[in-house]
Amino acid sequence: MSELVSLRETYGKTLVELGRGNPDIVVLDADLSKSTMTHFFASEFPGRFFDCGIAEQNMVGIAAGLAASGKMPFASTFAVFVPGRCFDQVRMSVAQPGFNVKLVVTHGGISVGEDGTSHQSIEDLALIGALPGFTVIVPADAVETARAVKAAASCCGPFYIRLGRPKLPLVFGEDYHFRLGKAATMKQGQDVTVIAIGIMVSAALEAADRLEQQGIDCRVLNMSTLKPIDEGAIIKAARETGAIVTAEEHLEHGGLGSEVARVTARHQPVPLEFVAIKDTYARSGKDSELLKKYGLTADGIEAAVRSVIVRKK
Amino acid sequence: MDKIKAGVFSSLSPEDMKTVAKRLRRHIISMIGKAGSGHPGGSLSAVEIVTALYFRVLRHKPLDPCWPDRDRFVLSKGHAAPLLYATLAECGYFPVEELLTLRKLESRLQGHTDCRLIPGVEMTAGALGQGLSFAVGVALAGRLDSKDYRVYVLLGDGECDEGQVWEAAMAAAHFKTDNLVAIVDNNGLQLDGWNRDIMNLAPFAEKWRAFGWHTVSVDGHDLAGLDAAFEQVRSVKGQPSVIIARTVKGKGVSFMENQVDFHGKAPNAAEVAMALKELE
Ligand SMILES: Cc1ncc(C[n+]2csc(CCOP(=O)(O)OP(=O)(O)O)c2C)c(N)n1
Repeated sequence: MSELVSLRETYGKTLVELGRGNPDIVVLDADLSKSTMTHFFASEFPGRFFDCGIAEQNMVGIAAGLAASGKMPFASTFAVFVPGRCFDQVRMSVAQPGFNVKLVVTHGGISVGEDGTSHQSIEDLALIGALPGFTVIVPADAVETARAVKAAASCCGPFYIRLGRPKLPLVFGEDYHFRLGKAATMKQGQDVTVIAIGIMVSAALEAADRLEQQGIDCRVLNMSTLKPIDEGAIIKAARETGAIVTAEEHLEHGGLGSEVARVTARHQPVPLEFVAIKDTYARSGKDSELLKKYGLTADGIEAAVRSVIVRKK
Repeated sequence: MDKIKAGVFSSLSPEDMKTVAKRLRRHIISMIGKAGSGHPGGSLSAVEIVTALYFRVLRHKPLDPCWPDRDRFVLSKGHAAPLLYATLAECGYFPVEELLTLRKLESRLQGHTDCRLIPGVEMTAGALGQGLSFAVGVALAGRLDSKDYRVYVLLGDGECDEGQVWEAAMAAAHFKTDNLVAIVDNNGLQLDGWNRDIMNLAPFAEKWRAFGWHTVSVDGHDLAGLDAAFEQVRSVKGQPSVIIARTVKGKGVSFMENQVDFHGKAPNAAEVAMALKELE
């Protein structure tokens, strides 16, 4: 396996780099700067860093005011708290006026591990994905994290970037060209397509390798921009491979799977399977144990591919 | 300890109470050490508060956790779950042996409290700032049902950054919930650092007073003082009470005291051994 790199640390360091080039970048946190790694920015630019304490609603409101006044705020905490703790502040103060607020959250999904249900964000993509005008990105590794954060800083408008707690294997080289709103083809294939985000991208590649050996030619797409979603790539995959499996560290409801279903139902209906958490809250445990328990693994994807392929016309 | 087994807590001597507090500290260290993650600092700081409550103040029946007339204890700062679990186990709600399953897959002892899983846990917690509102609801229900149970809720000081705490504080005074007592574990630290550097709470007692609360300040490690404070607020009528308990984060383990790094970091094996030695 390739080297494991922290997405959070990459985020923290990328912020510093951006901050050096753009004096309008300001950073807010809600008493988690050591975990979200915004502390790097805080030490280099103490005057442009605001720790708002344990007050996420207030943090989002302050970010909106800063954005309205020409600053580019990056506000960070855990994914459970934004949007969980302050959905209406995100909706009313950021999404509706369309302010240039960048919400970059960490500890998304169940891989946060032992802290348990209260800290496992499995609904955030549904909530944020429902807000008109938001761009939503779930990077697959550290390289893509840096690219996504820079892309957010180069565009105007509200962004939500969701990172996880664990270090992840690199799936991209330094030459990776991130394109906002475009799926990245990780592997070509003709029999079936796996569309994955975040931590599930490397699992999808592993599953595709195994399936290859069994004669199943699996395409793998990294749909890191969840919104606006790359409809073209989904329709093409549906047309050319005739079956799709989605894989995400989120509830089956309202995340990547729902989006792919929405697009295919309208343009190119094909059999689908969803690797996701099934309408339940998870538990405390090690990240690897939890991912296994809830089927968010290469095994889970492999099984989903087998069952979707049977349903192909 | 036989008294504990029999569920007769209020007759524990001051010496017994100190022994209980030390046992709780030992459990906290062993549990978090074994789990490899968790929050020792804010669990240790509230040991005396929770000891005073469970072994002196609360009317409760460990073998009948849903007893309708029980006093309620709501842990709002849910990351101090190890302290609550250890206390409940020592009281006999569930076997002490189970404590070492903390945070393990399939354990009932979740990283943050889950009220569906453990007898005696009143509220699912983990996201800070929600316990006081819940406690106001429980207090209002007690009044509606003409019950004389009392509701106790433990908050962190950093937790008081949350606006919801003050919405609840305003509501509790407005509804005159004199059957409600909030205790703030005022250890001065939150996650990123000292309260005064991250989000200044001062003047803290004055805030509660201004919100209409009967406000008492005590040394949160002095069992007798806590006892007296709980007794004193019992007779307050027409308004809720708050006990601001001055504490030391990581109390009882020298290398954890006032160390913000031990907010959410487990001690390693050597540190567990050292801590347990200090707590002999
Ligand atoms: C709503 C919310 N935001 C952030 C966190 C992350 N968090 C867990 S504990 C903590 C610090 C708590 O400080 P305090 O209330 O003073 O607790 P103590 O020092 O007594 O442990 C933070 C920020 C959380 N659990 N909930």
